[in-house]
Amino acid sequence: MATASTGLPEHHVAHHFDSADQEFDSAKTGMWLFLASEIMMFGALFVGALVFLTLHPAAFREGSHHLDWRMGAINTFFLLTSGLTMGLAVIAAQAGQQAKVRLNIIISLFLASGFLVVKSMEYAVKIHHGTLPGRLWHGEGFHDPFAHIFFGLYFVMTGLHALHVLIGMSLMIFALIRSRKVQFTRSYFTPVEMVALYWALVDLVWVFLFPLLYLIG
Amino acid sequence: MIAHVHHENINYLKASKGLKNWLITVDHKRIGMMYLASILFFFIAGGTFAGLFRFELWSPLKNFLTPDQYNQFFTLHGVIMVFLVVVPGIPAALGNFILPIQIGAKDLAFPKLNLTSLYLYWIGAAIALYSIVAGHADQGWTMYAPYSLSRNPAVLYMMIAAFILGFSSILTGLNFIVTMHNMRAPGMTWYRMPLFLWAMYATGIMQIFATPVLAITLILLLLENFFGIGIFDPALGGDPLLMQHFFWFYSHPAVYIIVVPGFGIASEIIAAFSKKDIFGYRFVAYSSVAIAIIGFVVWGHHMFVAGQSELADSIFSFLTFFTAVPSAIKVFNWTATLYKGSIDLKTPMLYALQFLFNFTIGGLTGIILAILSVDIHLHDTYFVVSHFHYVAMGSTMIAFIGGIHYWWPKMTGKMYNEKVGQIAAVLVFIGFNTTFFIQLIMGSQGSPRRYYHYQDQFQIHHQVSTIGFVILATGLFMALFNLIASFFNGSVAPANPWGAKTLEWQTDSPPPLYNFKETPVVTHGPYAFETEKA
Repeated sequence: MATASTGLPEHHVAHHFDSADQEFDSAKTGMWLFLASEIMMFGALFVGALVFLTLHPAAFREGSHHLDWRMGAINTFFLLTSGLTMGLAVIAAQAGQQAKVRLNIIISLFLASGFLVVKSMEYAVKIHHGTLPGRLWHGEGFHDPFAHIFFGLYFVMTGLHALHVLIGMSLMIFALIRSRKVQFTRSYFTPVEMVALYWALVDLVWVFLFPLLYLIG
Repeated sequence: MIAHVHHENINYLKASKGLKNWLITVDHKRIGMMYLASILFFFIAGGTFAGLFRFELWSPLKNFLTPDQYNQFFTLHGVIMVFLVVVPGIPAALGNFILPIQIGAKDLAFPKLNLTSLYLYWIGAAIALYSIVAGHADQGWTMYAPYSLSRNPAVLYMMIAAFILGFSSILTGLNFIVTMHNMRAPGMTWYRMPLFLWAMYATGIMQIFATPVLAITLILLLLENFFGIGIFDPALGGDPLLMQHFFWFYSHPAVYIIVVPGFGIASEIIAAFSKKDIFGYRFVAYSSVAIAIIGFVVWGHHMFVAGQSELADSIFSFLTFFTAVPSAIKVFNWTATLYKGSIDLKTPMLYALQFLFNFTIGGLTGIILAILSVDIHLHDTYFVVSHFHYVAMGSTMIAFIGGIHYWWPKMTGKMYNEKVGQIAAVLVFIGFNTTFFIQLIMGSQGSPRRYYHYQDQFQIHHQVSTIGFVILATGLFMALFNLIASFFNGSVAPANPWGAKTLEWQTDSPPPLYNFKETPVVTHGPYAFETEKA
């Protein structure tokens, strides 16, 4: 097989597991449960945003108009594409194609960085206009006295999401390092699969954040 | 190679020596023991604060605490007992130790993650303790906005502490569920699992799904404090009731995170000391899961007088009655298990029976509080205080202490003095009920909770309660010293001192490093006492 030519060592199952399957299944169950808890955390934030939308609809709409939906759309493109490349990385890992795994992860990393660049440009605009959360607020020309809450929520939600992007990128780098140390095979591709699952959550949250913040009103 | 095998068969306490080897261990048994020591330490700390304000309440006016100190002490009592004792309590200490052995595994699925949970617990605990010197936190354990938005540093540290402790809790629950799904020994089907594990499973589900909501609530509270983002603060256009919704969306399931593990222990002890299979095993197992699910949709009953809509009040009241169904199924099944059993009133069994008694009162008073019109009268009175102490202390902690006695021979390899243990258990029973039953009466007469000054007519009630506290504390210290003394003069524990049937009793006391010399093969249910006679 072509995969053997990489000369990398095979993965060893940890002492307390009986088989590679058991180890993989454990990692996968664990990751799914962790993602479930992440969804509950973001879920509460979304509920908070919807409550605010109900309490102060005019403020929400006014705030939403100050966001540039094109920026959001570009970022949606970046994230969804990176989701695809991470999926391809998993398929490559299963096939034992070490080089292809690396290539796909590197593309994902570039797309994720692109997301963060666009996000910082948006943040820069808000800092310039003073549309910042709470006490930092010095935005001008707003009609609704509660518009500042929209930006409070905007920064909390996108900030927490951006933090997850950063964590996801660190995990990708971890998978890259791992790919230099151990041979991925049909029976061992756990790190790539876990990073891809985590990255799917980052995608998913954004898919709901984008319409909620940018497209309403 | 021979040396290697030998090393694995040494008991876990002797497998390696020195403090460092304990601190970097990934052995679930050692981690469980370190949790146990930490949790008992904080139980004493939280109890000390309770004792201080209990004595302050000896007379209606000032005794020896200022009103400020009084508020701080009940806050510290609440925060320590909830976040550092009863929520992590049984799963982190006993679950960690027992769960992998009961399913015949070598360890939890993620041993390093398990150690991480312990360190997060310690870090969270350290920050919580630091908040005591950082200022005075007097907001109560519920941290309601807007009072918690005053940028009081002590309150902020408490929020950070609770956030970190929440992570520890999520990771423990996750580890348990993954382990139960993937690491069961050959033949260990779901319905051959001991009921303690079903309870751990239900608890894990709640830890994973409820705790993240607390996490985001605390993040928002912190951000509200620092930046005034305006989501909870009414002065900025926020909604303080939303904070209560978020808080109780976690904290009501948390009540079941607290008590469901106690159900698990009660099932183990009652089966072992009645020498009978649990009556209606599947119903007891399912009812733990049912409580976990229903527990998610009743949080609004904490807010009946907080300005919720009447429709919401009615729905939450209705749903709350439903929680009584699985709880009652359990109580009836345990009682039916006792029927015609050969009951042995050893120390663990005395605690299990107290648990049954106290939980029945704790549960039934909960039904009374779920009635809307009655709750308007009883809300924020000592009746509520007594109700949740019957559950958190009278049920959970009693089951916890019973579980410690039950598994002590397994964990330490030593037998404690049975007589002293029994006397302590009786004292705990008398002390606990003296402390808290009277509070139901004063609460029903309208005595509000958390008040520093109170009306003269309640002095006798408070004094009885304080005397009860002294008896309770005496019993608890007696039990503790009895256990500690067993290290020095306890006889060596056999592998199965109680004649129980679950897997942990089929290996040595204390267990070898990897729990079993050979992976066990399971051929029957967890309480197969009947098959032996046949």
